[in-house]
Amino acid sequence: MDISQYSAAILGGATIGLAATLLLLLNGRVLGISGITANIISGQSYSRKYSISFVCGLFLAGWVTFTMMPGALADSPVTDLKILALAGLLVGVGTRLGNGCTSGHGVCGLSRFSKRSLVATIVFMTTAIATVYLTQHIWELGQL
Amino acid sequence: MKILSYFFIGIVFGLGLILSGMTLPLKVLGFLDIFGNWDPTLAFVMGTAVVTTTVGYQLILRRNSPVLDNSFFLPTVRIIDAKLLLGACMFGMGWGLVGFCPGPALTAVSSLSTGTMTFVCAMLAGFWVVDLVK
Repeated sequence: MDISQYSAAILGGATIGLAATLLLLLNGRVLGISGITANIISGQSYSRKYSISFVCGLFLAGWVTFTMMPGALADSPVTDLKILALAGLLVGVGTRLGNGCTSGHGVCGLSRFSKRSLVATIVFMTTAIATVYLTQHIWELGQL
Repeated sequence: MKILSYFFIGIVFGLGLILSGMTLPLKVLGFLDIFGNWDPTLAFVMGTAVVTTTVGYQLILRRNSPVLDNSFFLPTVRIIDAKLLLGACMFGMGWGLVGFCPGPALTAVSSLSTGTMTFVCAMLAGFWVVDLVK
């Protein structure tokens, strides 16, 4: 067991939790990435400038890290652009239909004891696990 | 002030994702591969994030309003319908296919790699289509 990997996971999880807590404390909103980002396009929820500002922060964190430690960000082991596009479309449409992704339902929803988020989280976790099982062990597409 | 707060929180969230290993799709797929060579580390990310947020939320919701706004804007929808289930299914399929969910993808796209940019563009198109119909 690699202890440093677990401490990084715990520290990272706490930092994610800190960001979610700060957004509620300062602006009174739950931190859902799909919702925040979709609002840049639709502007349906609140002023676009806030969502743009948030995503810029996210991008900057990635960019600075990538410049200093390129290994901290990686591409998917799947390199077929058609599969990447299909997956992106599924994630985009799915998270809007279901009103949330890993952050909105998985972190913030569970923390609010929302039954709806609990159901969504169980469904997307199960489907994701089933998808990996099918692609890796049944169809043996062999990406891992 | 509000714009700055969103920017700052975006940075903190992005650093959390990077630190936790969520921006490494191979690691994410290893976490989802419970019937194979399972890597349980990311369960600790989710667990710690939920515990931290639960405690934070309990303390904050004792206030009458957030610091920079007049009221809280918590989700009010409670129903569990076909839309929620279908959406979560589609999201799970996409996530399991390549190992990216929205936050890590938007952080990792800063490497400007063709693959990740393709994923993000398709994801934004997906957001756009659904909100157009709504």
